[in-house]
Amino acid sequence: MQKHTRNRRFSLSPPAPPPAASGGPQARLTGSRIRERRLARGTRQADLAKTVGISPAYLNLIEHNRRRIGGKLVVDLARALGVEPAQLTEGAEDALVTALREAGARAGPPGQTSPVSEREPPEDFATRFPGWAGLVAGQARRIGELERLVETLTDRLAHDPHLAAALHEVLSAVTAIRSAAAILSDPDIDAEWRARFLRSVREESRRLSESAEGLVTWLDTGADFAETALSPVDQLGVFAARSGYRFDPLERPGAGHREIETLVSADPALIEAGAGELAHALLARYLADARAMPAEAFAASRAAAGDDPARLAAAFGVGVDAVLRRIAALGGDGAGLVTCDGAGVLTLRKPVEGFALPRFGAGCPLWPLYQALSRPAQPVSCLVEMPGRVPRRFRARAVAQVMPGTGFATPPALEATMLIEPVEDTPEPAIPMGSACRVCPRDACPARREPSILSAEAG
Amino acid sequence: MGRRIVVVEDEPNIIEAISFILGRAGWSVTTHANGETAVAAIRRAVPAAVLLDVMLPGRSGFDILRDLRADPALAAVPVLMLTARGQKKDRELAEGLGVTRFMTKPFSNAELLATLNEIAGDSAGPGAG
Repeated sequence: MQKHTRNRRFSLSPPAPPPAASGGPQARLTGSRIRERRLARGTRQADLAKTVGISPAYLNLIEHNRRRIGGKLVVDLARALGVEPAQLTEGAEDALVTALREAGARAGPPGQTSPVSEREPPEDFATRFPGWAGLVAGQARRIGELERLVETLTDRLAHDPHLAAALHEVLSAVTAIRSAAAILSDPDIDAEWRARFLRSVREESRRLSESAEGLVTWLDTGADFAETALSPVDQLGVFAARSGYRFDPLERPGAGHREIETLVSADPALIEAGAGELAHALLARYLADARAMPAEAFAASRAAAGDDPARLAAAFGVGVDAVLRRIAALGGDGAGLVTCDGAGVLTLRKPVEGFALPRFGAGCPLWPLYQALSRPAQPVSCLVEMPGRVPRRFRARAVAQVMPGTGFATPPALEATMLIEPVEDTPEPAIPMGSACRVCPRDACPARREPSILSAEAG
Repeated sequence: MGRRIVVVEDEPNIIEAISFILGRAGWSVTTHANGETAVAAIRRAVPAAVLLDVMLPGRSGFDILRDLRADPALAAVPVLMLTARGQKKDRELAEGLGVTRFMTKPFSNAELLATLNEIAGDSAGPGAG
């Protein structure tokens, strides 16, 4: 009992449901298939039980995979449900037994079969306790997923060249400061040497501050999107970043769903990460934007419209959000884009140098992106100054739209889109903003939701 | 003139601090910041000890150590390696190549001096000026 409790405490998230409830058609158990089919036909459990000559209680046990059935009863149930018997049984137990066998293999020494699975064949376990067997299989799968995640994170920490270089910088600066400070603690050191080591401490302190700031920002924002994806949205970002957020096959005249399918299927990691549907949606929207605003026509109109997204939207008969996406797609490294859902969580990030985009969660609450969320369909534009030793300025333009599929009976599902473009010299006053509170040095910010782990500007 | 030591390090402020500490302790310090030409510089100096950083422009401290140990004239020179990389595999690599002592950054000045005195000994030998 104690062991069970301990295991539960170490669980990072609830285990995945057993195959009986979560797998594809071939992975679902016979009982689950019977229940699904019965419910789809609108047949009451008692009526089906009566038809095949068993008690409703027994059918209930079968439907919840508590009893394994075969032979005539499967044939009778299949006939009553209007399906072939094979549709109820084929592959169902096989999938579970295979999963149990794999779980047994993982439990034993590497390369050897678990002694348990030799003494007690998984077929027996799956037959006698299908529910528990499904749970064991689900837990084993979850353990495998978590092990892969741990391996990925460990590998990233051990081999990440950026992390190694950043830590080297930090330690070198600390070494120089520590040595110089010890020398300066000697009261007899002459004035010239004192001045030199004071200068050294000053220089290295600044370097330490910058290195630590860079390290923290990198850890928080994941500057290199090509590294490790930790969620489907993250994987979508990796996918989009690989192509530079521009999908040339979809820019060609006549491009369609075949091109989308080719792009998605060329990246197996998308499917593995559960990001296939997200990628399809992203590319479908890209295709629609490209069809509505072909690259050449868009470039010509953009110059004529004085770079006003609202005028471009009117000219092409699209929403302002589509124009912002199109500018970002065709803008290369000079245009960043970020989208968020109604909860403010970032769903797509196209970075632009100097404007750090947090990898997880939400960004700076002051961003026009969030102002746009509070007034849907009304574009918001402002000049933004991002912190840093050399502050950078950006024109940020955002708009929020109600997402398709929202009905009268449901609250509107919003999505906001923000285009970020660097701005050089301008007399226009800029609004100080940041990346995310945790890595923002603006201590007095009224929008701060959590303390920063960076100090205020180092001297 | 004190015993000679070659400091192979590319961080200017660390070089300055180490040179000051060692000079005050009686060492005659030669510094070198380039990994590619470090072995030749050490060969010319014939020092009583070498202070060797791992991450250097040109060549790594590990490569330099390998060359030193392969040179009969320098194979016995005590080498103290300094590194910001304190990983076990780095330490094992250095030991496998014949490092005399391995020290991770940051270190204290007193610790550095004590270790150098320990590995270089007090006897007059190569590098005694």
